[in-house]
Amino acid sequence: MMAGSVALPLMLGGYVGGACLALVAPSSRAARYITALGAIVGSVAALAVAARVLVTAQPLVLTVPNVLAAAGGLVLSVDPLGAFFLAVVALGSLPAAIYGVSYTAAYEGRSSLQFFGLMFNVFLLGMSVVACAGNIFTFVLAWELMSLASYFLVMTEADVVETREAGLWYIAMTQFSLVTLLPMFLLLAPGAERTAFADLRVGAAHLTPQLRGIVFLLAVVGFGSKAGVVPLHVWLPRAHPAAPSHVSALMSGVMIKLGIYGVIRVAFDLMNGGPPWWGGLLLVVGSVSALLGVLYALMEHDLKRLLAYHSVENIGIIIIGLGAGAILHSYGLQTLATIGFAAALYHTLNHACFKGLLFLAAGNVVHRTHTRNMEEMGGLIKQMPQTALLFLIGSAAIAALPPLNGFASEWMVFQALLAGTSIPRPEVALGFPVAVGMLALASGLAAACFVKAFGISFLAMPRSAHAADAREAPASMRVAAWMLAGACILLGVGASVVVPALYRVLESVGGLVVDPQLAPAPGLWIEAPRALGHLSPVLIAALLASIVLVTVVTVHRVHRRPLRLSDTWGCGRIAQTPRMEYTASAFAEPLRRVFAELYRPTQDLTVSVHPDSPHFVQSITFTSEVRPWFEEVLYDPIVRAGRLIGVGVRRLQTGSVHLYLVYVVAALMAALASVWWWP
Amino acid sequence: MIEAIAVLTQTLAFVALAPGLTGFIRWMKARLQGRRGAPVWQPYVELRKLFAKERVVSKTASWVFRAAPFVVFGTSVAVASLVPLVFVPTAYDRIGDLFAVVYLLLLGTFFLALAGLDTGSPFGGMGASREMTVVALTEPTVALSIFALALTAQSTNLGDIIRQTVAEPVRALGTGHLLAFTALFIVTLAETGRLPIDNPSTHLELTMIHEAMVLEYSGPYLALVEWAAALKLLIFFVIAANLFLPWGVAFGWSPARLILAFLLIVLKVGMLAVLVAVLETRVAKLRLFRVPELLSASFVMALLAVLSTFLLR
Repeated sequence: MMAGSVALPLMLGGYVGGACLALVAPSSRAARYITALGAIVGSVAALAVAARVLVTAQPLVLTVPNVLAAAGGLVLSVDPLGAFFLAVVALGSLPAAIYGVSYTAAYEGRSSLQFFGLMFNVFLLGMSVVACAGNIFTFVLAWELMSLASYFLVMTEADVVETREAGLWYIAMTQFSLVTLLPMFLLLAPGAERTAFADLRVGAAHLTPQLRGIVFLLAVVGFGSKAGVVPLHVWLPRAHPAAPSHVSALMSGVMIKLGIYGVIRVAFDLMNGGPPWWGGLLLVVGSVSALLGVLYALMEHDLKRLLAYHSVENIGIIIIGLGAGAILHSYGLQTLATIGFAAALYHTLNHACFKGLLFLAAGNVVHRTHTRNMEEMGGLIKQMPQTALLFLIGSAAIAALPPLNGFASEWMVFQALLAGTSIPRPEVALGFPVAVGMLALASGLAAACFVKAFGISFLAMPRSAHAADAREAPASMRVAAWMLAGACILLGVGASVVVPALYRVLESVGGLVVDPQLAPAPGLWIEAPRALGHLSPVLIAALLASIVLVTVVTVHRVHRRPLRLSDTWGCGRIAQTPRMEYTASAFAEPLRRVFAELYRPTQDLTVSVHPDSPHFVQSITFTSEVRPWFEEVLYDPIVRAGRLIGVGVRRLQTGSVHLYLVYVVAALMAALASVWWWP
Repeated sequence: MIEAIAVLTQTLAFVALAPGLTGFIRWMKARLQGRRGAPVWQPYVELRKLFAKERVVSKTASWVFRAAPFVVFGTSVAVASLVPLVFVPTAYDRIGDLFAVVYLLLLGTFFLALAGLDTGSPFGGMGASREMTVVALTEPTVALSIFALALTAQSTNLGDIIRQTVAEPVRALGTGHLLAFTALFIVTLAETGRLPIDNPSTHLELTMIHEAMVLEYSGPYLALVEWAAALKLLIFFVIAANLFLPWGVAFGWSPARLILAFLLIVLKVGMLAVLVAVLETRVAKLRLFRVPELLSASFVMALLAVLSTFLLR
């Protein structure tokens, strides 16, 4: 009991202290260390809080009623679902804090690290409190802290035009999300004084089915734009590459997961789930996000933007799990629904680990090569062996290769979809095989994409001087990434321990009924109920390791001749240069042709020949670009309308003080008039 | 304990028989084309020769290139241990299901594609790119075929599917099963680099998928890669034979049943091998960008398989 009551204030104290002290730090160097220290204290305390709540399954409550008492005061109430997401936040922020110490050194003299430290800790505070919030006021306050602080973090390199554009997209989308969330909470709250989540649960029970549907739609749009589902994902591929890498790791690995948290909290905890179309909508949105996310990632040669598109894919996979669970739930198949929800939570946790890892490893590369363009990398495995191994572990995990964690959670999602065939209505159940096909295609394409990402960036010969001169990243940056790599391996191999724990988390979600038989003593197997399938990741890992070991030993016993190093075979050419290597564009070319209808690439080929003879080609220029056309169709009209309104409103802003005084008086009169009109 | 020994023996038999299948298909093709052909055991001789040869590795290659053959061979053997060749294990069967089989094979391909890029040769890069494209496009078909099989058996584990098919042969012989079999057969051709998707008997310009990717390998590395490829072919054949026509597979330890099961699986795999040999003599290789059409056709077949299994159950 004591540990918990200390840990929660300690977590807040760590983040607030880190934020305030960083701001008054005497030097940039001191600011870097204070930032990290505050964040480390905060995230370790957050892990302690989460561990305590998950182990005891008793909620932990902390109230500060004096702060804005009219709005209900600050209420932190950590139940197992909140604790799970708090753990995800802390699991991402601890390595990010350690990583930041060395990474932000590059910004010394360019931007204020004191301000960065403030925003970094406020960002972590906001994310942690979102997971702990117990009433509307606390939730919205923390949600905005998180959004605004991350906006300032994205703008760290505000001197770059691209960053400012990214910031604009990000702030617009994040405020759009708030605009949909506020009416959602208003609809849920039964009265002005009753804004605690427990009250909302009561309020939700009295809503008509139509209003519940509207609340659900608002939640999907509001939380979905934060999570980055297609077509609300447009800010992700812009903001994530612009931010410093450890901030990208946090935004991509952790922050977007709070959108998932919001959907689960509102739709399944506060409202106890709904009719089948809720799950159907989630399944469609999830499948489309998964497939489009990976398809656009394949065409991307900016390493960090590629990772950002993969976040869209993985959010899609999580939402497929949720959707499958939701449909089964609405047909009363509670036991099978639990697989879907558990799969979603599992993939949430796993994605936080491997996406954090990949962004940190990519950060190492960007830190040393000063480019994000994969076509200028290559051969980094020799200069940065540890970073290469880290990126390889992350790639294998995200491509769902056994025995790492991505495989275990995707297996669970497949099992949840398979369970969908138990639904008595064939027309509903037939959606599940289609989702299986889309998910399988997405995961196959993800494997292709990460062969490209790792192979082009890290293997073969360096394609530029930057890449050839790269050195291994500083120790603190590697240590931080190794923590996440370890988590990827442990969460994969230990799946049979993790999954029962997730079932216990789900017991705390109001609308779900978890079969007590589902959480047996952790054994060697993950079992989908009703014996749909069995899997033992730990035994697969052991099997694979022992076979590879036996093969290596046998081959080296049988074959005793030394290794001979030679040139790559090249049909008789004299020397091998990096220009002969396969490029990232070339690697993705076959898939670009296969999906040409979707990509609609623009191509421009210019051949300049010698003036005397057309047979002597002097230079060939080829440019090709893939722009997501549906973004243009959807967002261009909105942007144009916004600009038009902006130009109109500009006429009000003449800069004349007299005119502003007139506005003030007019506003006052209007206010008084309205009071008189509606007493 | 007895099951552990049995699984080990079965896996070793799997690994030992795999090159024989490749040899048999080559011999059969040669006979069909009016040539005498190399003897069936030729691949064994080649493996022995390769294991004795020197390893030549490109200067640009890293440890990934040297690790990949072991990973590919390791995953193939691990998968072989999960696929029932002559008998169905009970406890061991629960280690991995069909999804584990698919993703373990993907792990091998993933590393082989990386190795293709590692030497910096355009051949390797081209092969890697095309191999990953083909593999990515076959994934949905594989997943849906698994789905179709799992629908009848209510399980994705291989042993359960076999048991269920043997127990209820009428349901298992429906249209769904046949469609799923056809879909999976096309996938087999694509995944194992056979005609009309890829040509296993040449290295250079005309094919440029699997063989281009492994062009830089030599000596024992090449032996492991080739052995793994042969093993993958046998794995797909045994999956096709034993999951769709499981009759004869032994559930117990009686020697007579085991011998019968062995003879039957040799017969079933032999028939599939003859089918592939006939196909490879009759059809020409498809242009690379026609391959997706074939694969989407197989996807539609798998989807229809699921639908008909679902509606007719």
